[in-house]
Amino acid sequence: MPLPSEIIQEFLVETHDSLGRLDIELVALEKGEAKSATLGSVFRSVHTLKGSAGFLGFQKLESLTHVAESLLSRLRDGKLAVTVEIVTALLATVDAVREMLRSIELTGQDGEQVYSELIARLRALTANEELPAATAGLPVTPRDQSVDLANTQSFLLNAPESPVQKSLTDSQPARKSSRKTRSKTASDVIVKSHDTDSEIVVPQSVSSKVADSTIRLGVDRVDKMMNLVTELVLSRNQIMQHTVVQTNSSLAVAARNLNLITSELQESVMKMRMQPISNVWGTLPRVVRDLSLECGKRVRLVMEGADTELDKSVLEAIKDPLMHLVRNAIDHGIETPAARQRHGKPPEGCLRLRAYHESGHIHIEISDDGAGIDGARVKLKARESGLLTPAQADSLSEESVLSLIFLQGVSTRDAVSNLSGRGVGMDVVKSNVERIGGLVDVQSTLGVGTTFKLRIPLTLAIIHALLVTCAGERYAVPQTSMIELIRLDGERVKTGIERIHGVRVHRYRGKLLPLVSLTQVLGGADENDGESVNIVVLQADQQQFGLIVDRVNDTQEIVVKPLNKLLRGISCFTGATILGDGQVALILDVTGVAERAVGDVRQQMAGIADVVPEVTTTPQDTQQVVLVTGPHGERMAVPLSAVARLEEFPATKIEWTGTRPVIQYRDQILPLVDVLGLLDRRPSGTPSESSLRMQVVVCTDGTSRVGLVVGRILDIVTDPLLVRSSSAREHVLFTAVVQRQVTEVLNVASLISASEAEMLAAGAKT
Amino acid sequence: MTANIVQFCTFTLDGLWFGVAVDRVQEIVRHLGLTPVPLAPPVIRGLMNLRGQIVTAIDLRRRLDFPDRMTNDLPMNVVIRTEDGLVSLLVDQIGDVVVVETDTRDAPPPTLKGAARELIRGAYQLPNRLLLDLDLDRALALDASQSTTRPTTKVS
Repeated sequence: MPLPSEIIQEFLVETHDSLGRLDIELVALEKGEAKSATLGSVFRSVHTLKGSAGFLGFQKLESLTHVAESLLSRLRDGKLAVTVEIVTALLATVDAVREMLRSIELTGQDGEQVYSELIARLRALTANEELPAATAGLPVTPRDQSVDLANTQSFLLNAPESPVQKSLTDSQPARKSSRKTRSKTASDVIVKSHDTDSEIVVPQSVSSKVADSTIRLGVDRVDKMMNLVTELVLSRNQIMQHTVVQTNSSLAVAARNLNLITSELQESVMKMRMQPISNVWGTLPRVVRDLSLECGKRVRLVMEGADTELDKSVLEAIKDPLMHLVRNAIDHGIETPAARQRHGKPPEGCLRLRAYHESGHIHIEISDDGAGIDGARVKLKARESGLLTPAQADSLSEESVLSLIFLQGVSTRDAVSNLSGRGVGMDVVKSNVERIGGLVDVQSTLGVGTTFKLRIPLTLAIIHALLVTCAGERYAVPQTSMIELIRLDGERVKTGIERIHGVRVHRYRGKLLPLVSLTQVLGGADENDGESVNIVVLQADQQQFGLIVDRVNDTQEIVVKPLNKLLRGISCFTGATILGDGQVALILDVTGVAERAVGDVRQQMAGIADVVPEVTTTPQDTQQVVLVTGPHGERMAVPLSAVARLEEFPATKIEWTGTRPVIQYRDQILPLVDVLGLLDRRPSGTPSESSLRMQVVVCTDGTSRVGLVVGRILDIVTDPLLVRSSSAREHVLFTAVVQRQVTEVLNVASLISASEAEMLAAGAKT
Repeated sequence: MTANIVQFCTFTLDGLWFGVAVDRVQEIVRHLGLTPVPLAPPVIRGLMNLRGQIVTAIDLRRRLDFPDRMTNDLPMNVVIRTEDGLVSLLVDQIGDVVVVETDTRDAPPPTLKGAARELIRGAYQLPNRLLLDLDLDRALALDASQSTTRPTTKVS
């Protein structure tokens, strides 16, 4: 069974470590120090070794350690007392294991030795039998040998000319000579096997090449080094800035060297933290096997790109989300063999994991060829759990429907299993991945399969960032969320930015890009009298927006430093960094900025963002209207000139004055007009209602405002409204054909005056 | 009796004399440039770079509800180690290190008002003046009223 060499390597390194510990612990045991704790530790080490050996298919190693484990378990349970004979036998086992490890390292097999004599001895000791002296067959008596081992340290100190000393400094010749001469040095253990009649000399001081080639380091040490390197990077940046203005050529050369070396050092330290994704994937074959058995499914696991390397902290962070997605794929995605065959698929499902580098990110795909996600069911579940109104559910695009599974409380599974189906999890997956600056995306075709795509940054410590200036301060914008820079000069400052009732937009590649001023987001006053406007086009979640900044500086590699917890509540910043001139700059959290600013705009832009204005200039005879629909598909239009904003409110925010629904909006009371009869007066806060959201078109006639409660905001269209007929309905200006459908155009002025009259009447009554 | 003896790092704020235990203080630094943090509570005056480490600066005057110092008076930094990184307390002037016996601490003067009253654990009567014992942990834990962000203009 050919195994990936990395697993064997890791096994060898770990086992060498634990063998070294075993030597010390066994000797301590014999001396009677810290008995129960040490015994426990020895037992665990041997147990682990047995497990690994069994897992990796080293049967001889497994059977030897199994016998040793039985002996140890009797010792641990107090059935046997620790004697010199037992310790000797155990130490001999340790050495036999060492010999096997060397054989594994060289040939990949655990050797020809069977160690039946040693096994017999261990068995006899376990059964508490006296060992017949004749079968002991050891060149030294157990007692002597163990004493020798225990005293190796002092022996070394006292006998500087000892061959052991020599073998420490020059292991290769020592091994050779000891094998040739079969010399009985103090630290050599000689095990004679009756079966093969051969002697194996195991000089303890000759350590394996594998064990020598790696050092196990605490993560904290690497982290400390990482910190120092990042400081060095900063100092380098400072020096580089000074040398730009220097004419001294030798200094410039030195600075350039420093620059190169620092970059290389930084890269090496980063690499130290890099680990292949197989470290996390390694446990998956077992998980997949167990889960598929439990679910009665047949699953084949395919892993591609297991050697893709990720920063350790990133790896830690994606461990749980990954595990969750795999569980989901088996539990929800892949069908039972019978169901698969009914659908003409092979009975064995395929779960494919793929990891690869692309443009500074790690991409991980988890795809199954299972049943896929039924969008209609997701919608239904979301409606049942009150996350969506029926109208909202209808208005969702297919893509948005799938993204609903990332909401808390949505599960398409009817039965809750111990694996999944409780509707928690996908939201955690999303938030965990987003916390480290990653993205989750889902694609699914009903009956064909589902693919989850994770996009994850390589490392969290150093990022590429664009420095921008805003209100005199510099901010770093992570480049991973940046799409494009736009600069509007001269005339285009005015023509390039248009307003849709308060929302600034820019026509960007056929779409309307909502604009947000960084100064305003950060609580400052917006000054817009510059000769040019700089727009940084950013991607936050699914939303693109343009961030207006005062000035765009250069891009830099910056070191992310966390903010003190006093500042962590501010979602606009992910951290801070020290710039080349020693000043501190805050790092913008693009998602946070978007949430703060675009959240507002997004509601206003609902339905607008996807509209491509095909006519660049609006002819005089056309009119722009906001198209809305009711629950039964009735179409209505509100002249855009009367629209102040498009908003979305939770239904719980509705308050009632008398029989009139109102809402507190921007420190004012906004009367709501329920054009379509969507609201019914229920005691507020009933569970089904509490999480509902309402779409509201805020209308104004210049002085007063009303909010029109509508089912769904469809579109903003420019239409000459040529085909029209008068309407007898109250508050309706006329009926027109918009987008080939009959649409009632509302009379905002009459709505407002009617609403005011009602408010007055309600006020007079109370 | 040595157990009761505490060394205080002392400083002044609006004419009052304060002290914090010396072992909590990493160092005293002259005024450094601050990068303001928008949307942060007003007591946080910004971030500064202390030899490559980012230090959050808390204005003790604002923390104690004292009036702001004159713009020309540059504050000094008392840098405190916390579990969550370094924090600097912005103070008016730095005084000597003073040794006091904790047994001699009196209750805080009742004339103190507001935040100062909560943050002062007591006073030591020293020959010339009173040394006020600042409750560092409370001063660094911004309570709800202080950690709320300043009202900001709504983005539109």
